[in-house]
Amino acid sequence: MKAFSYERVSDPAQAAARAAEVPGAKFIAGGTNLLDLMKHEIEIPEHLIDVSGTGLDDITPTNEGGLRIGALVSNAALSADARVRKDYAVLSRALVSGASGQLRNKATTGGNLLQRTRCPYFYDTGMPCNKRSPGAGCAALGDGATSRQLGVIGTSDTCIATHPSDMAVALRVLDAEVETVTSSGETRRLTLDEFYQLPGDTPEVENALQVGEMITAVLLPPPVEGHHAYYKVRDRASYAFALVSVALIQASDGTGRVALGGVAPKPWRRDEADAVLSQGASAVMARLLDGARPTQENAFKLTLAERTLAALLAQE
Amino acid sequence: MNSSNNVERHPKTVNPNSSTFSLSVNGERHTLTLDNRTTLLDALREHLQLTGSKKGCDHGQCGACTVLVNGVRINACLSLAVMHEGDDIATIEGVGEADHLDPMQQAFVDHDAFQCGYCTPGQICSAKAVLEEIQAGLPSHVTYDLNTPIELNDAEIRERMSGNLCRCGAYANILKAINQVAEARS
Amino acid sequence: MDFNQSTEDNLFDRARIIGKPHTRVDGILKVTGRAPYAYERHDVVASQLVGYPVGATIARGKITHMDASAARAAPGVAAVITTLELEPLARADSNVAHLFGGASVEHYHQAIAVVVADTLEQARGAASLIEVRYEETPGEFDLEDAWARLQSTGEPIANVGDVDAAFAAAPVTLDETYRTASQSHAMMEPHASIVDWSDGGQMTVWTSNQMVEWTRQALATTFAIDADRIRLESPYVGGGFGGKLWLRADAVLAALGSRETGRPVKVALPRPMIFNNATHRSGTIQRLRIAAEADGRITVFEHAAVSHTLPGGSGEDAVNQTRCFYAGENRRVAHHPIDMNLPESADMRAPGEASGLAVLEIAMDEMAEKLGMDPVEFRILNDTQVNPEEPSKPFSDRHFVECLRKGAEAFGWAERNLKPGCKREGQWLIGHGVAGAYRGAPTMTSGARVRLQNGRLIVETDMTDIGTGSYTILTQTAAETMGMEIQNVEVRLGNSAYPTSSGSGGQFGAASSTAGVYAACVALQKQIAKRLHVDEARFENGRVVGGQIDMALADVADGEEMVAEDSISFGDFKDKLEIGTFAAHFVEVAVHAYTGETRVRRMLAVCDAGRILNPITARSQVIGGMTMGVGAALTEGMSVDTERGFFVNHDLAGYEVAVHADIPEQEVIFLDTTDAASTPLKAKGIGELGICGVAAAIANAIYNATGVRVREYPMTLDRIIAQLPAA
Repeated sequence: MKAFSYERVSDPAQAAARAAEVPGAKFIAGGTNLLDLMKHEIEIPEHLIDVSGTGLDDITPTNEGGLRIGALVSNAALSADARVRKDYAVLSRALVSGASGQLRNKATTGGNLLQRTRCPYFYDTGMPCNKRSPGAGCAALGDGATSRQLGVIGTSDTCIATHPSDMAVALRVLDAEVETVTSSGETRRLTLDEFYQLPGDTPEVENALQVGEMITAVLLPPPVEGHHAYYKVRDRASYAFALVSVALIQASDGTGRVALGGVAPKPWRRDEADAVLSQGASAVMARLLDGARPTQENAFKLTLAERTLAALLAQE
Repeated sequence: MNSSNNVERHPKTVNPNSSTFSLSVNGERHTLTLDNRTTLLDALREHLQLTGSKKGCDHGQCGACTVLVNGVRINACLSLAVMHEGDDIATIEGVGEADHLDPMQQAFVDHDAFQCGYCTPGQICSAKAVLEEIQAGLPSHVTYDLNTPIELNDAEIRERMSGNLCRCGAYANILKAINQVAEARS
Repeated sequence: MDFNQSTEDNLFDRARIIGKPHTRVDGILKVTGRAPYAYERHDVVASQLVGYPVGATIARGKITHMDASAARAAPGVAAVITTLELEPLARADSNVAHLFGGASVEHYHQAIAVVVADTLEQARGAASLIEVRYEETPGEFDLEDAWARLQSTGEPIANVGDVDAAFAAAPVTLDETYRTASQSHAMMEPHASIVDWSDGGQMTVWTSNQMVEWTRQALATTFAIDADRIRLESPYVGGGFGGKLWLRADAVLAALGSRETGRPVKVALPRPMIFNNATHRSGTIQRLRIAAEADGRITVFEHAAVSHTLPGGSGEDAVNQTRCFYAGENRRVAHHPIDMNLPESADMRAPGEASGLAVLEIAMDEMAEKLGMDPVEFRILNDTQVNPEEPSKPFSDRHFVECLRKGAEAFGWAERNLKPGCKREGQWLIGHGVAGAYRGAPTMTSGARVRLQNGRLIVETDMTDIGTGSYTILTQTAAETMGMEIQNVEVRLGNSAYPTSSGSGGQFGAASSTAGVYAACVALQKQIAKRLHVDEARFENGRVVGGQIDMALADVADGEEMVAEDSISFGDFKDKLEIGTFAAHFVEVAVHAYTGETRVRRMLAVCDAGRILNPITARSQVIGGMTMGVGAALTEGMSVDTERGFFVNHDLAGYEVAVHADIPEQEVIFLDTTDAASTPLKAKGIGELGICGVAAAIANAIYNATGVRVREYPMTLDRIIAQLPAA
């Protein structure tokens, strides 16, 4: 870990302005992913702006009938909020399937969205990685590589990493939006789809945030009626990242929405797949995973995604 | 470095890469000047020489470093010490002493809920917090109904304790120890 | 004390303390966080510096250039030592790869530099400033290639009868190939040492190691100094499982750092470096051929296995148990360690048997099915009381059949699911499995010293407690032998100033070290009897009784200390016997009918391991083995990048050991047996028996649940899902 200077700020706009002003600055709040990456020198901030005192830790109703979740609300607090449990169960379920009790107590809503991939080659600085060092090459695409955990769709010739968040998959299926403040003090709102970027030729760019821009909240639209479910499939029974996860909201008439985690560089959802939910898992996955480019090691994720959705649909 | 409206929250700067701050550990107040890179875990183990909290992985992957911050369990290895200005930290050294063990510590002895002992302080801190979290109604991955009070059962305890690895494999005994404390409380 | 023949009836057959459930004597230290582990010894020496290691980032080749100038100039840095500055350090016999020195890179994350600074933050920050350039050499990293080349070559280590003819003639045969994955010990405490070699003369080492004397000798060899100049302490070890049997880079780098800086230096291996820097259990590919008569009697076992090793190592001997676990007159087994360029493979809990039984016991299940037999009865039918290769060599005490029968009854085996894939609860398929377990019961010379001080007994031995319960069972042994109460006995371990013991490994520690303490206590008894001029002394209730004497032990020495030392050594009469431990494992699993996820729902082990010295600590050893067996069966596997030559998932997030949520109710039954040929206490080890066979029982239960026969570990859902029927 490289040495860094440190300051605390109390206001989000001030934080964003400082971040644009100080070279090599980064925000820190929960720190559960950033500090991990700093120890590996995958993240090398020269200055940390501690935003944990900026007061963004409330969940409040919106005028539209939804909820505004402050960026600093912990994963534990968000999962336990009575309104979330009642009206956004898919989000509560996704949150409690992630990480561990200790980590969820510290990890924040904003930080969860900004998690970096768990690709083992990204994490090993002895290996080439286009995400860490653009143009260096991708060890995960090598002939002898281990790619079982990695992405099957939305990937590119430069990067096959997945996004590791469970929370974001639920937010995607809920049509949540990300609210930010820019370094010039303006507020922006981005859908999850706009927020996350696919790797293409620039896998180092993972989201649409501009220099200095800080996440201030996540906005949930009014509750979506129906059965909410989140099925996370992993090797051990807890404290592990998803091989595949399925977020599902299904109305009593069989229509609804589906998003996948563990398969792509962003939470994965397509309108044309949602449109055929009432036809069953196989119809959904034919559309949702059309164009998939799995490796030999992770092709099972295609079967697994379909069967996991089928399991959820059979539970109702 | 300064911001006009919150000067009192700034650490006193000695050099730009270190900070002076105060926190309370097991009820005792400490003022430390440390390299900003110092984790809460290393502040405890190396600077306060409170070595009960363990370093198993230093990356949030094992739970051996679990401590309570303002009553909430976290991984001390993934938290910067400087960010704990004003916090109350509780470590295993504050849970109980040899001559008056906490009921959870006694239950761990009674049920042989450890072997090598290295994960044990983290397991005990976590176990105490788990019972509080269930009582407070925090849901878990195995909570069947999100909208009714949480039932205290084996599945809930196992799931909530899963952030604490025990390679000696004492899990079944740890479960018994936690149940002993839970039953005595109820 | 020489143990030259099977023991007669003795005090342990009428024990007050041995064999009784006593909670750990070191328990309070551990639950209060006061047990001192190696890296935490702020108390032992002042002015400690921190060393941080740098690992190579190629698998094979040589370093052509290192520039440490920026690291040396970094704040707080006291010294940087690069591997190019030293000739390769001498290698102890027990090590395969060189630990440090020279330009050659033998494996990924081999230590190539250490940065020593005032703080961890400074040392770690500076370590990444070192620039390294390599010249890579192609290496061999794919065990499948080695297996393909090896087919039908190599010399068998045993070849009895006429395997090929018997196989050809048999009505029921099996010929299958199986795979086990490379595994990491993943003990919770990283390898760590503090070394004070600041004057270049005496070296003091506080470390985390299972084998005090081996490691002291290895340090002497490595640094070409007299072992008498080295003192080593390892009183608390945060798990080992075989990974801390040897001298490793932590102690070597700390010693180099201390010599260079003239200050004590501490080094812990960073967790992400351990998987490739330290040792691991090699993966295996194994082919088994079994033939039987129609009545189920086995006529042929042929077992061949490959595993990887760095040149000079011995790999994972997965075939050894096949030589004598079951009857059968024709037998050929071959162990093929293949020289490859992956990190160093070495012993991990039940080396050989854990991998071999994981496979053999699937094959036994497959044979039972082919024969239409209950797999419990099939094993019982093929039990043997003699070594089938050498029928004149009997087992000293073998109750494997009783393990199976008792286990079947306790588990409710008769009510198990009979037809694969047919028992379903909701979306889960339920299945049951059984496997047998066998592990040898070696003993090693083991010494101890006892000090009687005013009625208190101090026991000193360099034995280690790696979580196994050594402190507790040695306390019990001394108290039992001396007729004292446990609270008047204090056991001190893990210090090279104490007599050399067996150490902890190979399932020999408990049996050997208790016998050593017994020997020292008997020596003390003789001294006391001599001092009091008593011919036949009895030691009971804290007193010595005999002739005209009936005296409290506190009074026998007039306030002086009495000291006695002895060691136990074991005679070659044991060579005429097979001395082993046995178990049967029963499990119930649920496999998700849609996703193929497997969750273990119930586990039972029935163990035959001689006298159980303490049922609490012994049970913990067994459930610990069962838990590690769950990991081996379902999640643990180090993935090899076969092009770049390293283990890719090298941290505790990528390498998944079992968590709380993976482990169900676990029941352990100990048969009430004693083995008079083993030790004076008639005890055998159990720490490795607990893992043997567990993985196969789970594999067999997965088959029983789903009808999908998986022959490759770990049995992750991707190895199941494609064959699952439509749900």
